[in-house]
Amino acid sequence: MNGIETFRTALEAIRSHRLRSTLTMLGILIGIAAVILTVGLGQGAQSKVSAEISKLGSNLLIVTPGSTTSTTGIRGGRGSSSTLTTADASALSSKQVAPDIKSVAATSTSTQSLTVGTSNWTTTVTGTTPNWLDVRARTLDSGRFITQADLDAARPVAVLGADTVAQLFPRGQAVGQTVTINGSSFTVVGVLAAIGTTSSTTSDDDLAVVPQTTFATRVSANSTRSSVSTIYVEAASASALTAAYQEADALLLTRHGVSSTAADFSIASQQSLIKTATSTDATLTILLGGVAGISLLVGGIGVMNIMLVSVTERVREIGLRKALGATPSAVRRQFLVEASSLGATGGLLGLGLGVVGAVVLPHWLNQPVTISPLAAVGAVVVALGIGVTAGVYPAGRAARLAPIDALRNE
Amino acid sequence: MSTLRLTDVRKTYSSGHLEVEALRGITMSVEEGEYVAVMGPSGSGKSTLMHILGCLDVPTAGSYELAGTDVSKMTETELAEVRNRRIGFVFQGFNLLPSMSAWRNVELPLVYAGLARDVRRARAIAALERVGLGDRVDHRPGELSGGQQQRVAVARALVSDPALILADEPTGNLDSRSTADVLSLFAELHDSGRTIMLITHEADVAQAAQRTVRIRDGLVEQVVAA
Repeated sequence: MNGIETFRTALEAIRSHRLRSTLTMLGILIGIAAVILTVGLGQGAQSKVSAEISKLGSNLLIVTPGSTTSTTGIRGGRGSSSTLTTADASALSSKQVAPDIKSVAATSTSTQSLTVGTSNWTTTVTGTTPNWLDVRARTLDSGRFITQADLDAARPVAVLGADTVAQLFPRGQAVGQTVTINGSSFTVVGVLAAIGTTSSTTSDDDLAVVPQTTFATRVSANSTRSSVSTIYVEAASASALTAAYQEADALLLTRHGVSSTAADFSIASQQSLIKTATSTDATLTILLGGVAGISLLVGGIGVMNIMLVSVTERVREIGLRKALGATPSAVRRQFLVEASSLGATGGLLGLGLGVVGAVVLPHWLNQPVTISPLAAVGAVVVALGIGVTAGVYPAGRAARLAPIDALRNE
Repeated sequence: MSTLRLTDVRKTYSSGHLEVEALRGITMSVEEGEYVAVMGPSGSGKSTLMHILGCLDVPTAGSYELAGTDVSKMTETELAEVRNRRIGFVFQGFNLLPSMSAWRNVELPLVYAGLARDVRRARAIAALERVGLGDRVDHRPGELSGGQQQRVAVARALVSDPALILADEPTGNLDSRSTADVLSLFAELHDSGRTIMLITHEADVAQAAQRTVRIRDGLVEQVVAA
């Protein structure tokens, strides 16, 4: 008996019990769709977070004050709220000490109310240096960015994010206008191009950037003039990232006179940020995927159960086929193909349902669902595998039936 | 040349501690083209003999030669091939698959012989024409009368052109008219040179054969030539 005949016979058997076959497939269908969707949701969330972190800039290292250790919690510096200073930033930008560092931008931030006429808007005000634009991989929509001259003279100039402009200047044309921050008037010299929302709570398009020096004198009066909250370090290339990390680490340890175990700062790379940000998602995905996997397992048990019933029910048919010359292996193949067809069909339908879900769900959940071709193929292969596995025992039982016992069953 | 030869065939069934000797040394042979009836009361070992003759079971001791080959020591797979090539079965309960049309039932042995679909269909239809059901090839068993169903079963037994047609109580479920029908079909097949073994407990059915072998308590009791 050749493959096509085996397949035809199996399909006929499945067709002759339409309702039962459909219900059996339903178990696999739901399981596969659930696995595809949970994994797709997880991957979608992860890629969303990764994409947003990548928007921070390329080849970026982020140096923040304080250090988290597993035993002592957050370690602050001696006698000050921030251990990082503008001097640290300029030391890092030295080509002699740190050849793998391309540019450095120190930033200080403060949440402030911005006022234009009668309207006001609360946003994050960042004090930084001109190369912030390159380090953070941002571009301007109009006007210019803060310059070295602005910095040196501590000029009251500000560059606004696209969302901030939309709030404060609903009629557009922000460049040249005046905005009041913490009682001081600032001239808007430029507007940043929008890059999209980072998360539901903060936005990279809602901010005001002012020169570091102006920030220290006019915006955040209570902060130490030289202290900064974050230093962004851009490595010369992706391959130089590790070298840049080591140079920055060694330099800051030396400057602060501490050992690496007592470090009062942390350096994070984009990769480590992505890893941290997505690890919760990954855990949740594994958990949900596990639950979905269990439903798939139950579906597989359903296939096995039905195949066992089918063998018992068709004892006479099996006996007859054997009397007419079916070898044990032909009988085994027939039942295996039957079980795996149920599994594979359920898997394909489940994949279809998963794809439909991937299209429909984002409209409700505001979450992207990513279905990779690999996951799709994998799901169908797994469904087929479940069918085969579930069929092995029933098929073996059918193959071992003695023809006389089978025929005697009248 | 004999189609089949049994030499001191014994069959013992054991269930638990109980051993039942169903066949206690049967020696018989059937020549090519013979029409032989096997008769015996229930419990005589008649069914066991039929299973062994049909290669559905193997003897505990003794040898069974079918068309010159000893089949008593064969494996399951080899036996399946022997059943497929050399034996055509006709059962009391017809044993047709209800979901398949007449010709699909008849082609089954050819499916397991590995023949191509168009060849199978042609041969199945030819076999159905031979038993007078050329106009019923696409009917399902449920749409046929008992006599017609048994004729489909005979067509299935014929289709692989076996050396031996083995009929186990083929008229047991039929009325007298259909019985006559099926018996005349066997007579026809016998006239065209086939070897037929008919197992029955009805004396008038056995009379159609050239020779009757009577079985009792697992032994050949008597051989009666017609």
